[in-house]
Amino acid sequence: MDYFAQQLINGIVLGSIYGLIAIGYTMVYGIVGMINFAHGDIFMIGGFIALISFLILVSIGLTVVPVILLIVLLVSMAITALYGWTVERIAYRPLRHSFRLAPMLSAIGMSFVLSNYSQVAQGARVKPVPPIITGGYTLFERNGFVVRLSNVQILVVVATIVLLAIFTWLVARTRLGRDMRACEQDQTMAALLGVDVDRTISMTFVIGAALAAVAGMMYLLYYGLVDFFMGFVAGIKAFTAAVLGGIGSLPGAMLGGLAIGLIETLWSAYFSVEYKDVAAFSILIVVLIFLPTGLLGRPEVEKV
Amino acid sequence: MTTLAPEPTSASRLPGVAFIFKKALISALVALVLFSLMIGIRTEAGPEGQLIYWTRFGDLAAMVAIVFGGSIVVELLRQWWGPVGTIRLVPPPVKSTLAVLRRAVAPVLLIFTFLVPVIFYDQRYILDLGILVLTYVMLGWGLNVVVGLAGLLDLGYVAFYAVGAYCYALLATNFGLSFWVCLPLAGILAAFWGVLLGFPVLRLRGDYLAIVTLAFGEIIRLVIINWQSLTGGPNGVSGIPRPTLFGIPLTAGEDGLAARLGIEFSPTQRIVFLFYLILALALLTNWVTIRLRRLPIGRAWEALREDEVACRALGINTTTTKLTAFATGAMFGGLAGAFFATRQGFISPESFTFQESALVLAIVVLGGMGSQLGVALAALTMIGGFELFRGLDQYRMLVFGLALVVVMVLRPRGMVSTRTPTVLLAQSGRA
Repeated sequence: MDYFAQQLINGIVLGSIYGLIAIGYTMVYGIVGMINFAHGDIFMIGGFIALISFLILVSIGLTVVPVILLIVLLVSMAITALYGWTVERIAYRPLRHSFRLAPMLSAIGMSFVLSNYSQVAQGARVKPVPPIITGGYTLFERNGFVVRLSNVQILVVVATIVLLAIFTWLVARTRLGRDMRACEQDQTMAALLGVDVDRTISMTFVIGAALAAVAGMMYLLYYGLVDFFMGFVAGIKAFTAAVLGGIGSLPGAMLGGLAIGLIETLWSAYFSVEYKDVAAFSILIVVLIFLPTGLLGRPEVEKV
Repeated sequence: MTTLAPEPTSASRLPGVAFIFKKALISALVALVLFSLMIGIRTEAGPEGQLIYWTRFGDLAAMVAIVFGGSIVVELLRQWWGPVGTIRLVPPPVKSTLAVLRRAVAPVLLIFTFLVPVIFYDQRYILDLGILVLTYVMLGWGLNVVVGLAGLLDLGYVAFYAVGAYCYALLATNFGLSFWVCLPLAGILAAFWGVLLGFPVLRLRGDYLAIVTLAFGEIIRLVIINWQSLTGGPNGVSGIPRPTLFGIPLTAGEDGLAARLGIEFSPTQRIVFLFYLILALALLTNWVTIRLRRLPIGRAWEALREDEVACRALGINTTTTKLTAFATGAMFGGLAGAFFATRQGFISPESFTFQESALVLAIVVLGGMGSQLGVALAALTMIGGFELFRGLDQYRMLVFGLALVVVMVLRPRGMVSTRTPTVLLAQSGRA
């Protein structure tokens, strides 16, 4: 039971990170109707930018941890958001009225560009960072097994909840959110009613990338390392989360993220670590076959 | 855009220059922010595991300058080219010459390929490269059945390649079966896996299908890595027997082919044999595809590609149509895999990553989905290009990704040729 409790905590933290990435997939799919294959690599770029800005801040002598974290968060969100914008502008916008598979293939190309760009720019080796946030609480102890909740884990979960709240408010209450929902329902009609569709789609990518940057920073804080290849697997898992939660649904993405995080952690804890990715990918296949609309998604009606 | 009128007067050109300059400046600014940390700063794990960093402002400035210049060039090209979709008139003589050239390319290429081992007999490197290119041509043609003809985006094609390779490697090393027994077995097994994957994913739409096939490919790779007792895990399988000419080994020994024919043995003979073997396999793939295209099933594939709903309304069984496409494509992948195993003599999971799938897919896409000649030319260009820039190994995949994006943006229907339906309603004959 103690072991289970510990795994539950770990799973929720991992799930929060997946959920943040999954929101980017689900938003883009809802509005543009494409799988943004490069989103996992945007997450990786976010991790790298967090790492580099952290390194600079420490080396110029800043020591107050909350200030460092805040600056790193803002910098990585801003720059990664610009990456998201640029990717949309270069690779997806010209293809908006192209044939069905074109944006997907372009996205695959972009994914290769981003991951190899950071390999060329920052080297292929794994970049470790010393733990920035240390300490934690012992929740309870039984039979010599300690269930711990570290400060990093608290930070990840709290940051996720806060961001989710801000984001929900953005979609539900602001002009931008209204535009986004309008574009999701009918782009032509939205354009006729004065919604700037291009700008709204760009903003969707920007927000998605900013959330992915937060996920990248949390990943860096939690695992203490980044490498150029981490976007691929994390991206597929986050996509699985988005599909599991019902693609197009924001709460669904978060729910799916938590589910995937928990399944992966518990699978590693009770079955085998080697096959944890196999488990996640199998879930993707099983969900798409038996529950194509996901947990909270709307059924897709095929129009002729 | 109103300022970009085509009159070449200096008065109307001036705002154009200002516009281009402004655009380039914005691009350069964006580039500066994008590259500031990623290129301006280089991090590396130091000797004690501590991260160290150094600055590279020179590189950063160079990159921003390149973006600035590139942006101007792109804008100028765009003005020169005119708006997208302009119909360009090609003079008839040029048109007819092009048509003749186009018809001549395939036979000339085929004859040249047959002569490669004769011309380059002494150059082992070119022969090896030729075998590599032909392997990808075969893979491209195999995937073409799934992506180009049936319009099903398959991102896990390498899984079938892996199944074929491991099928031959394991049967040959464990049971001593010969290549010629294993080759059909590898094809059948891969086709079986194709059906197995095809069954559950039939209901999925294009991009969902793509992700599922990607997940499937990764699952196969991960299982190969982790099922150590069967596959040797990351160490792979080594000592895979070389192919024989229907039982006659190509070795220097008494019963070798050279001794039997009474000619002097040379290791190149085996390479030449491998070259013709893969050429035969690739041509088999091509021949089967061309024949299938004329059968009802091939017509059904193309109909499925164009419109699935209409297909169903016409009474075509989409289930069997998709399954046969998957199985046929997978079978050729499996055959190519068996060949790969026997050529290398050693296989490991590293050869079957997603990159490989994406490469084969890119060959099909850049070749113009559905066009046999286009796929062959794309494979030649791509693999040949990779070899040319071997020294710039780390930029290889970067350029590859960029090429994919650029081709999609400029010519989404393929660089070499466009896919054409085999049957057209208007003339009811061959197009």
